[in-house]
Amino acid sequence: MPDAMTGPAALAPRLRAVCGADGVVTDPARRRTYESDGITYHSAVPGIVVLPETTGQVAAVVRLCAEHGVPFVPRGSGTGLSGGALPRPDGVLVVTSRMRRVIEVDIPNERAVVQPGVFNLDVTRAAAPHGYHYAPDPSSRQVCSVGGNIAENSGGAHCLKYGFTVNHVTGLEIVTPRGDVVRLGGKAPDAPGYDLIGVFVGSEGTLGIATEITVRLTRAPQRTSTLLAAFPTMDAGGRAVSAIIAAGVLPAAVEMMDALAVEAAEAAVRCGYPEGAGAVLIVELDGAAEDVAAQFEAVTALCRAAGAFAVRAADDPAERARIWKGRRSAFAAVGRISPAYIVQDGVVPRTALGGVLARISELSARSGIRVANVFHAGDGNLHPLVLFDDAEPGAAERAAEVSGAILDLCVEHGGSITGEHGVGVDKACHMPRMFSDDDLATMDLFRRAFDPDGIANPEKVLPTPRLCGERPGVVRGEHPLVASGQAELF
Amino acid sequence: MGPEQVLAAIGATGVRARPGTGDDAVVGTVPAVVARPRDTPEVSALLGAAARHGLRVAAAGNGTKRDWGAAPTGCDLLVETGELAGIEHARGDLVVRTGAGAPMDGLRALLGRAGQRLTADPMVPGATVGGTVAAGVSGPLRMLHGPLRDLVIGMTVVRADGVAASSGGVVVKNVAGFDLGKLHTGGWGTLGVITSVTFRLHPVPAAFRLVGARFPDPVAAAGPVGAVLASQAVPAAVELDWPPGGGPVRLFVLVEGAAEGVDARAGGIAALLGARDVRDALPDGWGTLPGEPECTVLKIAAPIRGLPVALTALRAEAGTGCSFRGSAGAGVGYAALPVGTGADRVARVLARTRDALPDGSVTVLRQSPDLRGLPLDRWGEVPGAELMRAVKDRFDPAHRLAPGRFLDH
Ligand SMILES: Cc1cc2nc3c(=O)[nH]c(=O)nc-3n(C[C@H](O)[C@H](O)[C@H](O)COP(=O)(O)OP(=O)(O)OC[C@H]3O[C@@H](n4cnc5c(N)ncnc54)[C@H](O)[C@@H]3O)c2cc1C
Repeated sequence: MPDAMTGPAALAPRLRAVCGADGVVTDPARRRTYESDGITYHSAVPGIVVLPETTGQVAAVVRLCAEHGVPFVPRGSGTGLSGGALPRPDGVLVVTSRMRRVIEVDIPNERAVVQPGVFNLDVTRAAAPHGYHYAPDPSSRQVCSVGGNIAENSGGAHCLKYGFTVNHVTGLEIVTPRGDVVRLGGKAPDAPGYDLIGVFVGSEGTLGIATEITVRLTRAPQRTSTLLAAFPTMDAGGRAVSAIIAAGVLPAAVEMMDALAVEAAEAAVRCGYPEGAGAVLIVELDGAAEDVAAQFEAVTALCRAAGAFAVRAADDPAERARIWKGRRSAFAAVGRISPAYIVQDGVVPRTALGGVLARISELSARSGIRVANVFHAGDGNLHPLVLFDDAEPGAAERAAEVSGAILDLCVEHGGSITGEHGVGVDKACHMPRMFSDDDLATMDLFRRAFDPDGIANPEKVLPTPRLCGERPGVVRGEHPLVASGQAELF
Repeated sequence: MGPEQVLAAIGATGVRARPGTGDDAVVGTVPAVVARPRDTPEVSALLGAAARHGLRVAAAGNGTKRDWGAAPTGCDLLVETGELAGIEHARGDLVVRTGAGAPMDGLRALLGRAGQRLTADPMVPGATVGGTVAAGVSGPLRMLHGPLRDLVIGMTVVRADGVAASSGGVVVKNVAGFDLGKLHTGGWGTLGVITSVTFRLHPVPAAFRLVGARFPDPVAAAGPVGAVLASQAVPAAVELDWPPGGGPVRLFVLVEGAAEGVDARAGGIAALLGARDVRDALPDGWGTLPGEPECTVLKIAAPIRGLPVALTALRAEAGTGCSFRGSAGAGVGYAALPVGTGADRVARVLARTRDALPDGSVTVLRQSPDLRGLPLDRWGEVPGAELMRAVKDRFDPAHRLAPGRFLDH
């Protein structure tokens, strides 16, 4: 227990002077509401919570932390899936939920300037009347914050073509772990000197707090066409993906589901996918109308050649939504056919997909643990759902083993332990599977340049001995955000 | 340090080395010794020895940018990466991993045979991968595909203390750990020596068309540029080319894609611009720097609408001898000041253009040889300079890597 005289609670009067009485939360029951982010397995009640409204307040809070050696943890909407916003009992949780202003939408320069707490979708909403959108589209976009997206370098279904958050940020105002306000870049690209923006994006709150963000806006495509193809086997579906890529087509999205995932989605939302499919592929094409039309024909032919026994097309939004419905509901749907499951997030080179999926089914057969596969096939980003019954003794352990073994498979095939959910606390101890001690020490060198005293989101991203050995996050039932219809687990 | 001492200091590494000559000079600074390592462990051994003996180190690829940037204040050891030339092309994954010394031209040819490309324009013919990435310059295609840094998905770098470290990986989608490759892209070798780079690739489009139009000056072109950006034709590049002399500025719009679509898309753009010039060839100089080989080159980065304003100020001070080539769609390009432009004039050009561009930057990429040794405010105000200095202090505490090239005052 932190000492009341020296711990974060002792800072309360000074924090109130900065953020106002209603901007500081000390009440234990209210603090408890922040105890975890999107994975509830990791939880800790924050020592104190602050809700600043301005950059100046964030800076003053961080300066107080720095002066007193108190750790702080930034938090946006708390939808992160790697425990990145896991609070510290001995620290201050800095929540950006009162910083939700879209400061400027500048169409001629194709930029928007926003505060960090702004919801991802609200950037697109502000730009949409002008025919523009904010391209990174995590499926949590209705509720996740742009600050959180910056920290996680979030992607979405369309990042295959449009890239990740890092490709869409040209300016940041940050509060460093010492409490200094620093502006990096702005509306112009290529800020001079080292590309600190490029590394800050994806740093998971360990380099400071983003307090103002300038993002690129993207012109909406003239035409979007979506195609659903059903294959007898995953192998055939995988061959279609390879053939599409080899033909030089760059779809906006390529998503795949296996039979178990389709079965679950069908039971949950009656998406009406073709019966008897061993694999369902969703391909979305967008861009100039002439281009989309030509590519659509090519993709349809390639799917048929790879063995698709049914192909459906959608050009209007309602039809498109029907195709996406099953895919979007897949995670939640799996929650209904299994008492508990683990969502894994790993990446393999696209050409290794077939081999890795076969190894996953072997793992599943050997352990008696069912695995449903729903994934971003275009960029090899797997989201296996490892299903188990937590009432059955030993099942959780076996599921955790299978889930860990899947990550090992990803690394073995030259892939990554995370494609979009981040490292946080959840995968910090998996980092040595991918990086050498020297690699990790070099990352730490960079971190220390920003945060010499190690007070910004400590024990996240880079492994520490204390962290390792803990089990990965387990989801029980439906995620509350999904249940309330605010987000889809994708 | 003299060549004998340096050769003795690195002798135990067994790496091939020789005394430096005038031909090896980096912006006029002649290295005492030039070493040619064959792989990352040899680079590690060299930098480890250099650290133990306090040697100042610079890296070079093929030397095509020897005149770029500030002169190193001293160079005991030049590490030439030319032997680190391996290329592993993972064709089905649209990824290529290359040694730092691999030639960009060769890489381009190899990928082209597989129907793929690195969407980084040539910029400087003869350059290596490492030099290109360390300088971090991007051409016309950056508008659609992003600057060079967006194409780098993994990197191995040898630090000042000789430790080799990697970040990123060989898959495009990857958020594990800090993406330090971003730091070294455009880092001028001041934080480490790049030994290998992994890039994401794109398919070569089936067809392209180029629409050309002329306008009296960049301000007159701004409206048409805006119209093209607001259209849904998805141009791959929107380039301005303003040659020296009092003539017009040329605007080029590149569309790439399915053969069935490019004519209609180009036609739509031509109508927007009131242009009739539609071709299926790129103009001379496309994707390279403007100006004569030895002229001074400035890099201008601006908000899209700020670029014409900056170019007007540039011409007002630099006169019609100066030229510009760059992306009106991205807001980034290069201005060439003719050989013979004195240091005072360059300083005035920098000051006036910077004044016209409060939300952007104007930096000196390369200076003509007659300006060597003269003071130039090549960076202007660098937001975040203090943090950058903190990074430099961590990675290279003794400031031995390319000292004087960036932020060592
Ligand atoms: C149902 C569901 C679906 C999801 N789908 C996707 C998806 O498709 N793609 C995807 O990439 N992710 C997805 N996610 C994960 C998550 O939504 C993203 O990681 C998102 O970016 C987190 O934003 P947040 O505001 O909730 O951040 P939080 O969870 O509050 O924080 C995440 C991290 O960011 C840091 N942070 C927050 N704000 C700041 C700031 N201003 N400055 C510095 N650091 C900060 C925190 O310290 C923490 O490390 C999904 C999550 C859920 C629950």
